Amino acid sequence: MENNVQSRKQVLLKAEHLVKEFPVGGSRKHPVSVHAVSDVSLELFRGETLALVGESGCGKSTLGRTLIRLLEPTSGKVYFESEEITSMSAEEFGKIRRQMQIIFQDPYASLNPRMNVRSILAEPLTTYGMKDKKELEERVRELMKKVGIPEEFYNRYPHQFSGGQRQRIGIARAIALNPKLIICDEPVSALDVSIQSQVLNLLKDLQQEYGLTYLFISHDLSVVKFIADRVCVMFLGCICEVGPTEELYAHPLHPYTRFLLNAIPKADPRLRSEEKQLLSGEIPSPVNPPSGCRFHTRCPYAKDICASQAPEKKQMGERQVFCHFPME
Amino acid sequence: MSEGTVLDIRNLKSHFFTARGEVPAVDGVSIQVPAGKIIGIVGESGCGKSMTAMSVMGLLRYPGRVVDGTITLEGRDITHLKPRELAKIRGNEISMIFQEPMTSLNPVYQVGRQVQEAILKHQKVGREEAKARVIEMFRAVGIPEPEKRYHSYPHQLSGGLRQRVMIAMAMVCKPKVMIADEPTTALDVTIEAQILRLMKKLCKEQGTSIILITHNMGVVAEICDYVYVMYAGKVMERAETFALFEKTEHPYTKGLLRSIPRLDEKADRLYTIEGVVPNLLHLPKGCSFCTRCSQATERCRQERPALYETEPGHGVRCFQYEGEVKLDGE
Amino acid sequence: METSEKNMTLDHADQIGEADTWRDKVKTLVRQNKLAAFAAVMILLIVFAAVFAPFVAPYDHLAQSLTDRLKDPGAEHWLGTDELGRDVLSRIIFGARISLTIGLVPTLISMSIGTVLGVCAGFYGGKVDFVIMRLADVMLAFPSLLLAMVVTYTMGGGLINIFIALSLINWAGTARVVRSQTLSLKEKEYVEAARSIGVKKWTIMRRHILPNCLPSLIVLFTLNIPSAILSEASLSFLGVGAQPPSASWGLMVVRGKKYLFSEPWLCIAPCVAIMIVVLAFNFLGDGLRDVLDPYLKEQ
Repeated sequence: MENNVQSRKQVLLKAEHLVKEFPVGGSRKHPVSVHAVSDVSLELFRGETLALVGESGCGKSTLGRTLIRLLEPTSGKVYFESEEITSMSAEEFGKIRRQMQIIFQDPYASLNPRMNVRSILAEPLTTYGMKDKKELEERVRELMKKVGIPEEFYNRYPHQFSGGQRQRIGIARAIALNPKLIICDEPVSALDVSIQSQVLNLLKDLQQEYGLTYLFISHDLSVVKFIADRVCVMFLGCICEVGPTEELYAHPLHPYTRFLLNAIPKADPRLRSEEKQLLSGEIPSPVNPPSGCRFHTRCPYAKDICASQAPEKKQMGERQVFCHFPME
Repeated sequence: MSEGTVLDIRNLKSHFFTARGEVPAVDGVSIQVPAGKIIGIVGESGCGKSMTAMSVMGLLRYPGRVVDGTITLEGRDITHLKPRELAKIRGNEISMIFQEPMTSLNPVYQVGRQVQEAILKHQKVGREEAKARVIEMFRAVGIPEPEKRYHSYPHQLSGGLRQRVMIAMAMVCKPKVMIADEPTTALDVTIEAQILRLMKKLCKEQGTSIILITHNMGVVAEICDYVYVMYAGKVMERAETFALFEKTEHPYTKGLLRSIPRLDEKADRLYTIEGVVPNLLHLPKGCSFCTRCSQATERCRQERPALYETEPGHGVRCFQYEGEVKLDGE
Repeated sequence: METSEKNMTLDHADQIGEADTWRDKVKTLVRQNKLAAFAAVMILLIVFAAVFAPFVAPYDHLAQSLTDRLKDPGAEHWLGTDELGRDVLSRIIFGARISLTIGLVPTLISMSIGTVLGVCAGFYGGKVDFVIMRLADVMLAFPSLLLAMVVTYTMGGGLINIFIALSLINWAGTARVVRSQTLSLKEKEYVEAARSIGVKKWTIMRRHILPNCLPSLIVLFTLNIPSAILSEASLSFLGVGAQPPSASWGLMVVRGKKYLFSEPWLCIAPCVAIMIVVLAFNFLGDGLRDVLDPYLKEQ
C-alpha cells in the first residue's frame, strides 16, 4: 500500500475470463466436471501482494497454478507483462517461465528427499545454463544466506531440516532465478505459529529487496491481514470481492467476507461472543455449483434474484464486489 | 485432588524407545480436568500434546509407552489397565475424536450403524432404542435430516458433517470426558466456528468435560475454561483462560501470543521466537525453552525450573516466578 | 483444507526426532525383525560359499568315483554321493553359483526393463500408458513357466537362454509397481516445482522420480530373486534348463528322483537348499519392506 502510485498502476499479470474445469467422469455426451475456477478476471500490480482467500474447494490453488500455466486453462486468457502466455507454444513459454515461480504449502513434499540442499538450489540455475562449478556454489551459498539457512548445511538432505527450514529452502529455490512473480500457495499453513512468523517476515524482506510481486494464497485471514496489500475473496470458483486490505477488513461489502471474518477464532477471550452470527450449512459441491450467485444457498440475505442471476461486477472506487445487495 | 475433578493426570511420563534413543515425548505432565469444563492443551507440533491424549486413552503404540505417573478417572486408577478393561472404559466413560474424521469412520458401514454399535457395546439397550438414541444424538449435534443421515455412508458426508458424526459417536454414551485432538484443524473456518460452538453447547448441556488439543490460540481463547501451554513434553504455563491471556507470564506463551498476526492492528513485522523447537533426544540440560528464550540466564541453562504458582491456579515454569508453591509433583 | 494428514505426519515425525537414516533403518531392521536379520546373514553366507566354492567345497563337484557310488551320508561325505560317486554337498555348494546367478542376472535385466517402461507409462500417461500396460497385462496373463518353456524350446536350453526367457517374462510386475509409484510421485510438489522451473521431462524422471522409486525397487528385487531361482529349478527339472553335468539344483532333483525311495537324500538335499535360499530372500524382502517401504505394505 505504501508503494508510490506510479508503480501500483503497472499491471504485471492479468487474467481475463479464466475458466478451469476438471473432468471427473460422466459420459462423452454428458461430461461431469468440477468447476474449480469459473470466469475469473484479475489484475496483479507490480510489487504488490495480492491475497487469494477462501475456504477449501473455492479454487484458489487451482487459480494460482493456472495463472502460471502449471495447469492449462479450459478457456480464458492470461497476460504477463502484456504478453498473452496462454496461447504461447511450450518453447516460447519456456523463456518466460523463469519469471514466475511458486512456493508450496507442504515443506515435506516440496523438496525431493533424495537431493541435498546444494543440488536442490542448483537445479534451477543449471536448467538455465549455469555450468561453472564455482559460480554455482557461490550463488547457492548466497541464496542460503538470503533465506537464513546456515552455510554449513550445504550438503544436508531435507529430512535433516525442520519444517520451517525446509520452507526457507523452498523459498530460496523460488527466488534463485530472480523471478518477478511468486505464487505463494499456503506457504505457512503447515508451520507452527512461532515458525510461521519467521517465514512471513522473511517473505516480506525478500519482497522489499527484490521488488517481488506475490500472489499469496491462504485460508488464514489473520496472516493475510499482515502480508497483503489487496485481498481477493473467492467462493466456489468465483470472486466475491476484491479490495485494499484495510478497507476490506474494516468494511466488508460481500456478506461472505463478513461471515468469514466473523468466524475466525480470535486469540483474545474477551472477544468471545455466543451471539455472533455464524454461517450455517456446508459448502456446496463444485461439481454442481448453485445457479445465480454461488453463495446464495448459504446467504441469509439472499433474495429471488440471487438464485437466478449471477451478480455483475460493481466497481466502488478501488474495490470490486460481486453481489446484488452489497453491504454498507 | 480437589473437589469435582473428573480426570486427574499426575506426573505423566510417556517415552518412545527409538533406534536413536529414548524420546521423552511426555515428560512429567499433570493436568486436572474439572467436571463440565473445557480444558485446552495448546502447543506446537512435537510438544507432546497428542501423546498425552494417547497415553490417557491407552492408545500408545510401540515404541512408545507410559513409564511413570498416574491417570485417575473419577477416583479410579486407569494407568495400567488390561486391554479388556480399557475397552470397557473407552467410548463409554472417556472418548476421543480426531483431526481427520474420515480415518476414524469405517467406510463400508452406514454412519448411524457405527454410532449404534458404540451404544450396544457399552449399554444394555435394545437395537430399536439404540437407534432412536442415535437419531436423537444426531439431532443434538446439528446433523440435518437425522433419520436420512443415519443411513449415509461416510464418503457421502462433507468434512463438517463427518466431524459431527464423530462427536455424536463420542458423546452418545454420555462420557465423563471427551478428548478432542485438533478437531477443527482439517475444517474450514466457517465450519470450524460451527463445530466449536457445538462442543461448547454439548459441554454445557451434558456436563461432559472436554480436553481440547490444539495449536491454535484463537480456538483456545474462543471456548476453553482452562489452558495448559505445552512445550517439549512439559507444561510451561497453566491458568484459567482469561488469566492466561490477560496476565501472560511465561516467555514462551508471551512469544507465542505476540507472533500471531492480529486482525485488529497493523504491523510491519511480526514478533518471532528465534530458533526451532529442540530435538527431544537432545534437550538442553536446564529449562527446555532456554535455547530460544531472550531472558535466559546461566541458571536457566543449568537447572530445570518447576511449575511455580503465581496466583491460585496459575502455574508458570520459569525461574522468574520462583516461589514456595509448586504445582506439579516433581 | 488438505492440511490434516500432513499435520498429522509433521507432528509424528517431529515427535520421534529426525527422519531415519540408512544406518537407523538397518538398526530398526535388526531390532524389529530378527528373522530378516538372520536371513540376511544366511544370504551372505550362501553368497560367500558360492563365490569361494572351490575352497569351501570338500570335493570337486565333477569328480566321479565309481567306487563311491550312492554312499549314505556319513563322516566322509556329509550328504552322501550320487549315482556317479560325486559328493552331494560339493555339488550343492557349486550349484549355489548357478542358482544365485540365475536369481540375480535375469532379475536385474527384467527389473531394468520394467522400471523404464513403468516410469514412462506413469509419467506420460495416455496412449503410452495404455500400450505399455496392456502389454504387461498380456505378459501377466500367460503362465510364466509355459512362456519360459516356449522360449527355451525354440531357442534351445542352456543358461543364456534361461536368462533371456526369465528376463522377458518378469518385467511386467515391476512395471506395474513402478508405474503406480510414478503416478503418485508425479503429483508431488517437488515435481511440480521442477516443472515450474522448466526442468526437462527426462531430467525430472531421472532426478526426481527414479531415485524415489528405489526403496520399492530394492524390496521388489529381493522378492523377485527367489521366484527366478524357482523358475530355473523348475525349468531344469523339466529338462529345458541347465544341462548335465552342471550342478544345477533343479537338475540334481531330477537325477535324484530315480532313487527317491532307496537314497532319498539325493532328492531332499537340493530341495532343502532351494527352500533355504528362497525362504531367506523372502524373509529379507519382507523385513526390508517393513523398514524401507510403507507404500508396498499397504498394497
